[in-house]
Amino acid sequence: MKTTYREAARAALREALQGDPRVFLMGEDVGRYGGSYAVSHGLLEEFGPDRVRDTPLSESAFLGAGIGAALGGMRPIVEIMTVNFSLLALDQVVNNAATLRHMSGGQLSVPLVVRMATGGGRQLAAQHSHSLEGWYAHIPGIRVLAPATVADVRTMLGAALREPDPVFIFEHALLYPMEGEVDEHPGPADIRHAAVRRPGRDLSLISFGGSLPKIIEAADRLATDGISAEVIDLRSLRPLDIATVTASVERTHRALVVDEAWRTGSFAAEVSAQIMERCFYQLDAPVARVCSAEVPMPYAGHLEYAALPQTDGIVQTAREMCGRG
Amino acid sequence: MTTAVADPLPDTTTVTQQHGLELLRQMILIRRFEERCVELYSREKIRGFLHLYIGEEAVAVGAINALSPEDEVVATYREHGHALARGTPPGTVMAEMYGKATGCSHGHGGSMHLFDAGRRFFGGYAIVGGGLPIAVGLALADKMKDNRSITACFFGDGAVAEGEFHESLNLAALWKLPVLFLCENNLYAMGTHITRHQSQTDIALKAGGYGIPHDQVDGMDVLAVGAAVRHAAEGVRRGDGPCLLELQTYRFRAHSMYDPELYRSKEEVAHWRRRDPLMLFTARLRDAGLLSEADLAGIEHEVAVEIDRAVVFAEDAPLEPVADLLKDVYAGVP
Ligand SMILES: Cc1ncc(C[n+]2csc(CCOP(=O)(O)OP(=O)(O)O)c2C)c(N)n1
Ligand SMILES: [Mg+2]
Repeated sequence: MKTTYREAARAALREALQGDPRVFLMGEDVGRYGGSYAVSHGLLEEFGPDRVRDTPLSESAFLGAGIGAALGGMRPIVEIMTVNFSLLALDQVVNNAATLRHMSGGQLSVPLVVRMATGGGRQLAAQHSHSLEGWYAHIPGIRVLAPATVADVRTMLGAALREPDPVFIFEHALLYPMEGEVDEHPGPADIRHAAVRRPGRDLSLISFGGSLPKIIEAADRLATDGISAEVIDLRSLRPLDIATVTASVERTHRALVVDEAWRTGSFAAEVSAQIMERCFYQLDAPVARVCSAEVPMPYAGHLEYAALPQTDGIVQTAREMCGRG
Repeated sequence: MTTAVADPLPDTTTVTQQHGLELLRQMILIRRFEERCVELYSREKIRGFLHLYIGEEAVAVGAINALSPEDEVVATYREHGHALARGTPPGTVMAEMYGKATGCSHGHGGSMHLFDAGRRFFGGYAIVGGGLPIAVGLALADKMKDNRSITACFFGDGAVAEGEFHESLNLAALWKLPVLFLCENNLYAMGTHITRHQSQTDIALKAGGYGIPHDQVDGMDVLAVGAAVRHAAEGVRRGDGPCLLELQTYRFRAHSMYDPELYRSKEEVAHWRRRDPLMLFTARLRDAGLLSEADLAGIEHEVAVEIDRAVVFAEDAPLEPVADLLKDVYAGVP
């Protein structure tokens, strides 16, 4: 059936709340307000204030409380409104959520799911627009997912709740109105593998989350130019399914990684390094990256557009890599 | 023991005609400016988030007019009123909302991030609670440099739940810093009523826990705000350490531009609209014989002309060239 990314995210939450009494949702304005992106709209009425909990503006406290509740046998889903606000809770993530299993010698387990909106493109300027999922992917002990399709946002949550470790799900805010197909009662997603969204021969376009629609559009445009691009959706940033990536690059001999984060130290840098380490002798061109400009996100529309990866730039870089500059 | 600040209560009933009309003019300017912003937002001239201050004008106008020009001001993302009250020209504020190079933040910040360093307006902060530690630092600098300036820090009731609120109050009190904490309690953090986000809803009382003098003020009464801030600022300036005022007010519009307002009733909004700070102050000036119909019409006209000019200025202003995208990330070439 056809649905939107937003509705699919809500259907996933509803299914999770229905399916397991240990599951509850907490975050700022998830209840009475209906969710800042309307994802949780209607869930308070359906499940009540015990299981759909509005929190004060206290990111560190309620994410940390999510860790504690998970230790205590619950299955919390914590919503952080926007990735920039998650920085107030970063201590709880890096020092507690990610470490407790290891620090305790395997005695403790933190089955926590954290969801948050990420990304730019809406003229929200420098405190609401960044893509920090690559930072999270740096942290061993947590899993990092980036659903880029309606089907993935519908099914990744269920899979995440089955994990014994903390899982972070990044939803690009521009995807919420996107439409797509999904089964009415789909099973949980495979969250261990990247996906080949479109096969191709000449070049691998590799990305995740909000940039997937851009590389698909780029592949369409390249096709009219006679360049056959393979589209890889990473889906999980940690752990990274590098085997799917290298298998693709071994077929196409060229790799272009697109990432909305700042270029320096980006997740694209990690993917690029791993391709270089594993596929160096199969490459026909240096691995290329299209990332965001190294500037806090500007408000002005034309500057924000210039700061973010765009299809034009992806197509142009791909053409140059294929000797069609 | 901590004491309430305004003891004995300062006189809030008298005002000179000149000062009264100036306060009224500023409140009307902010109201009409934002009403124009709503129009421009629907025409997509202004983008991103737009948080209106409509209903809360007496707070910024009363407080900022009680400060001196050397004092620092720190505000939130709902700060059009604070910038205008501080004297930032409406044209440069409007140009900022248009994302233009002549905007007060060169189009980099937009509605949520207005800055005007020349007027010691240290900006709009959109991470809730993020401005408080910065205000503490500005005050620390003033103290270390033996300046007589104080820092006025505006924040919402929602911010009180953040650790940064508590850490900032403690630090400011511990080091006896010249900060005036001004909590704009409009009863809501987005859609969450204060009774659903605070275990102790008496915000002023929290300051007591840090040994900070505190008081509650009717934030719909511009003279009461002015008197309380003037009185509190005196102590802070004298070196008594920080002070906190809770300004009780209400936001008449949605949290941002779009908001279905599922969290409050129309009756509640209507109830507060009967305490519209512009209406109250207009009536008060009129009753005191300080405002004639002609005065009011004159102010409205003057403000309308000023806003028209601001819009023309913003429309005609240049965009920053894309070639300058990386400008201002560092002081020079990194
Ligand atoms: C750290 C952080 N968490 C969440 C948000 C999202 N948010 C923006 S404004 C707001 C409500 C703030 O309420 P309050 O402090 O009372 O200010 P008001 O909007 O009422 O002026 C929320 C939750 C944010 N900007 N920053
Ligand atoms: Mg508030």
